[in-house]
Amino acid sequence: MRKLMTGDHAAAYAAKLARVQVVPVYPITPQTAIVEKLSTFAANGDMQAKMIDVESEHTAMAACISASTAGARTFTATSSQGLSLMHELLFWASGSRLPIVMAEVSRALAPPWSIWADHLDVISERDTGWIQIFCESNQEVLDTILMLYRLCEMEDVMLPAMAIMDAFVLSHTMEPVQIPGQHRVDEFLPPYSPEFVLKAGTPAVFGSVAKPDTYAEFRRGIDVGMRTAAKRLVEVEEECQRKLGRSYGGLIEEYRCDGADVVLIANGSVVSTARYVVNQMRQEGKKVGLVKLRAFRPFPASELVKVIGSKSTVGVLDRSYSFGNGGALFTEVRGAAYGRAGAPRIKDYVAGIGGRDITPEVLRAVFDDLLNGPRGQSDIAWVGLKDEPLIKGIGGERDG
Amino acid sequence: MNATARTTIPENEGVCAGNLGCPGCGANLVMRYLLKALGDNVILSVPACCWAVIPGYYPNCSLKTATIFSAFEATGASISGLRAALDAKGKKDVTVVGFAGDGGTADIGLQALSGAAERGTDAIYVMYDNEAYMNTGVQRSSSTPEGAWTTTTPGGKKQNWKREEKKNMMEIMIAHHIPYAASVSVGFPEDFIRTIQAAKKEKGLRFIHAFSPCPPGWRHDPSKTIEIAKLAVDTHVFPLFEVRHGKYILTKKGAGVPVEEYLRRQGRFSHLTADEVKATQKKVEVNWELLIRTASVMTDEFY
Amino acid sequence: MPASTKAPIATATSKAVKTGSWRVIRPVFDLDKCSGCLTCWKFCPDVAVEIVDGRPKVNYDYCKGCGICANECPKKCVKMIRQELE
Repeated sequence: MRKLMTGDHAAAYAAKLARVQVVPVYPITPQTAIVEKLSTFAANGDMQAKMIDVESEHTAMAACISASTAGARTFTATSSQGLSLMHELLFWASGSRLPIVMAEVSRALAPPWSIWADHLDVISERDTGWIQIFCESNQEVLDTILMLYRLCEMEDVMLPAMAIMDAFVLSHTMEPVQIPGQHRVDEFLPPYSPEFVLKAGTPAVFGSVAKPDTYAEFRRGIDVGMRTAAKRLVEVEEECQRKLGRSYGGLIEEYRCDGADVVLIANGSVVSTARYVVNQMRQEGKKVGLVKLRAFRPFPASELVKVIGSKSTVGVLDRSYSFGNGGALFTEVRGAAYGRAGAPRIKDYVAGIGGRDITPEVLRAVFDDLLNGPRGQSDIAWVGLKDEPLIKGIGGERDG
Repeated sequence: MNATARTTIPENEGVCAGNLGCPGCGANLVMRYLLKALGDNVILSVPACCWAVIPGYYPNCSLKTATIFSAFEATGASISGLRAALDAKGKKDVTVVGFAGDGGTADIGLQALSGAAERGTDAIYVMYDNEAYMNTGVQRSSSTPEGAWTTTTPGGKKQNWKREEKKNMMEIMIAHHIPYAASVSVGFPEDFIRTIQAAKKEKGLRFIHAFSPCPPGWRHDPSKTIEIAKLAVDTHVFPLFEVRHGKYILTKKGAGVPVEEYLRRQGRFSHLTADEVKATQKKVEVNWELLIRTASVMTDEFY
Repeated sequence: MPASTKAPIATATSKAVKTGSWRVIRPVFDLDKCSGCLTCWKFCPDVAVEIVDGRPKVNYDYCKGCGICANECPKKCVKMIRQELE
C-alpha cells in the first residue's frame, strides 16, 4: 500500500510492522507525531506493544534497556535535548549489547532554542557504540528501521541503532511511502530471541561491577560488533532488496562519481537537493559527483577512500561542528584519507546549522568552490552566515 | 533444619555468603528478608548503591535472584520497562522489584519513582534507608536525619551538621495514591517478612521503606545493628506502619523509649548537646502524635 | 546460564570470596547454653550461621566477626574472641 506520509509517521508504521513489544514514549518536537501515531495504533489494537508514557527521555531509554534485557523488542523516538538527556544511557545500551532501535529526529541543541534541522545532537553521540544511519527520504526511514532490527538482533552484532531523519524536512514533510505488507515484513524480520535473557528463577546479575582485569574485553567486543555491523548491513540490504524490493547501497552510495573531478560527501535530507544540483551541473559540463554517507557509525572509512582516493579535491558538507576543530564528518573523512598515496585535498563546508536552508544555490556555490581550486589558506568554511561572504574560511589553516 | 519449630521466618535464602557487605551491614539483612519473603519468581532491579557492589565483582554474584543493574536515577524507569516486557511476554506472575538506597530514591531517583508510581506500575519498590550516600563514603542525602554528621555535613567551625529534616518518603509515595506503602525495620524480621508478603498480594506500585543501620556510616559498633534497628522503632524515630489504599495502620506501638538511647549509640550524633537531644525528642514526639492521630482518622470508617 | 562473552552478566557464585579473612574477632558458641531459638541464624547479615541438628554452626570461611549474634543471643551463648593471626 502506498500512502503520502511524513517521516514521523513512516517511523511509526515501521515500528508497528516490526512488531515491537515495548515502546516507552516521551514527546519532543519534531518527533511527537511518532509517539502520537504509535499511541493511536496501540489504542485501536492495531499494534500489540505495551506503551509506557514515561516522564522523561532518560526514563524512556532506561525502560528500553530493562525491557530489552528481559527479551522484548523495544522502540522509542527522540530528538536533540531528549537525545542529549539520554546520553549516559546510550552507553549503557551498547555496553549491555542490546538491539534497541530508536528513531532520532535530528534537531539543533539549545541555547538558543531551535526546533530545526541540525546534526550536532547526533554526532555528539558518535562515541556511544550506537549504529547511526542517516536517512534521505521518508521511505528510507521506514525501510531503515526494519533493516536495523534485522541487523542489530544478529548474534554477532547485538548493538543499538538510531535511524536519523532531519527535523521538519523529513519529519513533517509528506512524501509517498510504500508500506510493505505485514506478512512480507514477517518473512524479513523473525521474532526477537536473544541468547541471554533476564529471566526470573535464573540467577544472574546483568551489568555487574568489573575490575580493571575484566572491563576492557567488553569494550573491545563493542568495537568488534560495530565492525561486524558494517559487513552485515550490506547483507541485510541485499536481503531487504530481495524481500521488500528496496535497498540503499549499504554504508555509502556513490552518485555520478565516475569521471568526477570533485566530489561532495553529504548526509541526511540535503543529499536529495545535492543530487539535483549534480545533475544540473553535469548538464553544464562540470564534472561533479556526490557521495551519500548513509552510515556514520560504523564509519565507512575504506568505502569512502575507494571513491575519493582518486580525486584531487573532496568537499564534506557538515550540518554540525566540533567547536574549534571543524565538522565531525570532515575530521573523520580526513582521518580516513590520511597517509594514503594520492590523498585528495579535503575541504569542510559547515552549512544548514540551526535549520538554515541548504538551497541548490548554496550547493552550487560549494561545488564551484571545490572546482575552482584552493580557497585561500583554510580548509574549513562556514557557509551562509550573515554579513559574511557565502563561503567564509575560518580555521584549518594550511602552511604554504 | 526444622525452622518451623522455632520461627516463622522462611528457610529459603536468596543471598549467599561471600558478599562484600561491611560487617554488620543492615542492607544485607534487608535483601535477605526481602528475598525470603518473595521466593525466586522475582526479577530485581538495583541501581548504583551499596547493593551494586555487595554481590561482588564480575563474574561473581552473591545473589541467587535474576537481577539487572541500572544507572543511578533509573530504578523507577527500569522496573517500568521490566514490567512491560514481562507483561508483553505473558509473564504477569513474575514479581518485579526495584531495590534502591535513599540517595537513589529520595534524591536522584525521585522523578523516575514518581513516574512509575503515577503510572500504577505493578511492582514492589524497596528503599533501603541507611540515611546517606553510603556507597560513596557517607555523604548526606535528603534522607539523612537532622543533626547528623556526614562527610558533606561535617560540622566544623560553622557547626555544619545536616540542617534539614529528613524527607518524608512515605508521605510522598502515599500522595501518589498507591495501593500499599509500609515501613519495616531489620530489627523485626518477622514483621518485615509479613509486610512483604502483604505487599505481594496487592497490584500496582507498592512502596517499602526499610530501615537499614550502617556501622561505618552511622559510626556504631557492627554488633549493635539489630539493637539500633529495634530502638529506632521503640523510640518512635522510625515508626512502623502500613497504608493500605489510603488507610493507615500502626504496626507497632513501640515502647516509647527516650530518643537519647537511640542517639547515644551512634557516633554521627555524638556532637549533639543536651538541648539538641531534647529538641530531637520533642520533634519525634510531635511526628509520632501526628501519625497516631492520622491513623485514628484514616480508617475503614473514614473511607 | 553459560557466561556471555559480550555483556557483563555475572553468573558465578560468590562462594570463592572467603570473607572470613576480614575477621579480627570471631564468635565462639557455648552450645550447652543454646536453646535453639535460631536468633543468631535469623540476624546474621552474611548467612554465615548455619543450623545443623537445630543448633548453630558458624561457617568461618565467611563470618566477618560483626558480633551481631553475640549481641542478640538471649542466652548469652556467644563470646567474641580476638583472633590470633592465622
